[in-house]
Amino acid sequence: MKKFLKFFLVGIFFGIVLVKSEAVSWYRIYEMFKFQSFHMYGIIASAVFTGIILLLIAKKTHLKTIQGTRLHVPLKDKGLVRYIVGGSIFGLGWALSGACPGPMYILVGTGAFSILIVIFGALVGTFLYGILKDKLPH
Amino acid sequence: MEYILKPWPWYISGPSIAIVMFLLLYFGRTFGMSSNLRTICAIGGADKYSDFFKFDWKSQRWNLIVVLGAVCGGFIAHFLLSDPTNINLSAETITDLNQLGFKNAGDSLLPPELFAWENVLSFKGISILLIGGLLVGFGTRYAGGCTSGHAITGLSSLQLPSLIAVVGFFIGGLIMIHLIFPILF
Repeated sequence: MKKFLKFFLVGIFFGIVLVKSEAVSWYRIYEMFKFQSFHMYGIIASAVFTGIILLLIAKKTHLKTIQGTRLHVPLKDKGLVRYIVGGSIFGLGWALSGACPGPMYILVGTGAFSILIVIFGALVGTFLYGILKDKLPH
Repeated sequence: MEYILKPWPWYISGPSIAIVMFLLLYFGRTFGMSSNLRTICAIGGADKYSDFFKFDWKSQRWNLIVVLGAVCGGFIAHFLLSDPTNINLSAETITDLNQLGFKNAGDSLLPPELFAWENVLSFKGISILLIGGLLVGFGTRYAGGCTSGHAITGLSSLQLPSLIAVVGFFIGGLIMIHLIFPILF
């Protein structure tokens, strides 16, 4: 149980940040795709900028994980079709439901229980991908 | 306290998300929220239908704990740490949404036109939420990651596949908002 506590705490922090940043709001996603506010772009850009710096520091200092292994980010497979087509399908759903997977769970905590229908849809979508995976170009 | 209760500016929020990513890497894991959807499918018995779900889901329990924490964090932030709870949208966004039939845009976290039960429980209402979720779930697994895995982790580690995926996210999002919304609403 103790080994899970740190993950629980990180999750709480993540949930608080995404609500306080308003990134869980359907309205903010709409506004982003309309290019009518810098807010969401500021969040993503400053997250990536900070992420790059943190990973650089980790690399320079040969930082080890708590398991004693080298801290590293697993590499994504090479490819084009899956990223552009899969990404576009994801984008259609993101804009329509106003929620990507993280915010979906977090919104349950804010009492917006109708988001459970979106989560159910996402589970069905994941299942369909599993069924069709071998027939799709990657 | 006042600064906590008010909405957090982007330059606090963005770096905080990077810290979440970094902590999970430091714990020897990765930041990927959509992987949990696959895990839940596997727990539900989807491995009987596709090898894609044949994996040791118990090794992913830590990520489900992150989700559990995130739900609690959502509760804490919304009910204990938010005053006010409205969204300070740009004036143009409010005008545009009004024209689409979304009244009082920004007064709540989510538009009641899509998420209030009296509107959810109609054919159009439930279809929008189900199809929206379905596209997210299918697209994220096809692309091998979502906003956390590609936009944050992938871009932070300068991976080309993630950049392509994020371009895809925007192609889809822009098509939905600019071409499909005017037909839907």
